[in-house]
Amino acid sequence: MTDSPEAAAGQAPIISFVHAKKYFQSKRKTVKAVDDVSLDIRPGEIFGVIGYSGAGKSTLVRLINVLESVDSGDVIVEGINVTGLKERDLRTLRTHIGMIFQQFNLFSAKTVAENVGYPLKLAGWTKERVTARVDQMLEFVGISDKAGAYPSHLSGGQKQRVGIARALAHSPAILLADEATSALDPETTADVLALLKKANEELGITIVVITHEMGVVQNICDRVAVMEEGKIVEHGDTYTVFAHPKRSVTKRFIQTALHSRPSRDTVNRLHEVHPGRLVLMTVTASMLNSEKFNLAKIADKHKVISSIIYGSITEVGSRPLGNVVVEMTSPLPLGVEAEFAIDGLLEKLSADGIKVTDLGTSIDPKDDPTWVELASVALAEEAATDRKGADR
Amino acid sequence: MILLENKWDDYLTQTFITGIGETLLMVLITLGIGGLLGMVLGVTLYGTRQGGLLANRPVYSVLSSIVNVIRPIPFIIFLVLCKPLTMAVMNGHYIGTIPATFPMVIVCTVATSRIVEQSLIATDPGIVEAARAMGASRLHILFRILVPEALAPLILGYTFLFVGVLDLSAVAGAVSAGGLGQFALSDGYRRFNDWVVWAACLVMIILVQSMQWLGNVLAKWVLRKR
Repeated sequence: MTDSPEAAAGQAPIISFVHAKKYFQSKRKTVKAVDDVSLDIRPGEIFGVIGYSGAGKSTLVRLINVLESVDSGDVIVEGINVTGLKERDLRTLRTHIGMIFQQFNLFSAKTVAENVGYPLKLAGWTKERVTARVDQMLEFVGISDKAGAYPSHLSGGQKQRVGIARALAHSPAILLADEATSALDPETTADVLALLKKANEELGITIVVITHEMGVVQNICDRVAVMEEGKIVEHGDTYTVFAHPKRSVTKRFIQTALHSRPSRDTVNRLHEVHPGRLVLMTVTASMLNSEKFNLAKIADKHKVISSIIYGSITEVGSRPLGNVVVEMTSPLPLGVEAEFAIDGLLEKLSADGIKVTDLGTSIDPKDDPTWVELASVALAEEAATDRKGADR
Repeated sequence: MILLENKWDDYLTQTFITGIGETLLMVLITLGIGGLLGMVLGVTLYGTRQGGLLANRPVYSVLSSIVNVIRPIPFIIFLVLCKPLTMAVMNGHYIGTIPATFPMVIVCTVATSRIVEQSLIATDPGIVEAARAMGASRLHILFRILVPEALAPLILGYTFLFVGVLDLSAVAGAVSAGGLGQFALSDGYRRFNDWVVWAACLVMIILVQSMQWLGNVLAKWVLRKR
């Protein structure tokens, strides 16, 4: 796998995986946690790695700070090949890389302030400097009033704020977020994501976000890689991946975030009410921003009347994206003529680069091929979960 | 002729008080040295386990085997078994309060190590990962992060050990180590003087009760603070 689109950005990557491999041997089989991954992460970006549990994303991120080491291949962080670094050098490397966790992993025997100050104490800072920096960090994450509290007295969101303050205290260049919001409710998740975004914008820190929630990627990631069975199966600019997903697994993740693609049942219900031809259209930023694009006008030209009957448009990386179902009818007297006019319109739209999926009419309904794809992914995932259960 | 009956006189009072002192001395020395060595051994066992911070199979196997060999031996036999070693360490002495602490320290170290190991295993592995990710050294993580994390179970573990060590000190009475054990055996049991046995037991019960109370309070205090 090569990173040609990334190379176009012309920036030296802050993290590079070069044919990185990490296998785990268990008694009965080999688990390919990271299987020949090559990937560049640019300085200052928020990079998302999404995948189902067991896809290898947690292992991948641990290769960066060498909590796990590669079996073969290289991992280059800030120009240093971390493969084969000695313990002492590893410890230096790790002070440049902050990490936050799903279960926060705060030291329960230490107060909030002691937790945040811990990496600084390790680095040999004087007491005064530690105190000053801790105050500053607690203010940055908005929990100055909790300095003397012990972690068990905090809510999940507050704990993760402490985790973030602790991870950022030593001013690292990189922050690794391992499912940092997966244990939080939606509202708290939004707060924590906003805080990560703030750290990225104000401190210029590069963030690698591991998640199984596409909403997290949608909210804060500049670019995203989709992982499946240890491999990066798809990656690129977040908007592009959302707007033009290639792999089934990616489509499924996107469906969980956008919810705008109607299911077979929904389409059947729409058919019952709307006798005309139903067409699913993916609405993208380029379409909405284009002066030329005007569905009503184009339809009119083809003697077709179109009206939106279902769908939603939301923002991905601050740009609009969504799916709508349009009912198309034609005033042309002959049925065949009318159908022909609609087909012509669909061809024209496709030619213009707009993604259209013909769902047919109530008499002659057509399948959205994505349904079959998503169903097969669901089946595969179920089988994988069963296999995992059997292993235990 | 010696009267074999329940009685109490000045001699017994004197021996009783000396016995309490000797018992406390043995227990304190044993817990102090054995508790500390056991902590080190326990942390080493935990660290060298498979998947541990200092994972080292040979070291773990050897240490674990030594612990497993010593632990099942009844202390009364271990005392005798240990005699040559005790004499070597204690300048040729084998009998008496101080020499008796040598085998006690060994047994206490071994028992403590398992208690420490178990307390550490119960800590959250995520905490180790977080500390490693921050660049903490492995020894630092073991002694400065994990031991404080496991403080409450450790306090209760050491409280439990106190009872065990008190037991050891009584058995050590068999090699004339002095203490309440010897008092109960020599002046009580062998002379058919039940009062002596009861008095020794009463003091030991009070000691155990108060230590257990103290341990519970301390553990609760550590936990409540968090």
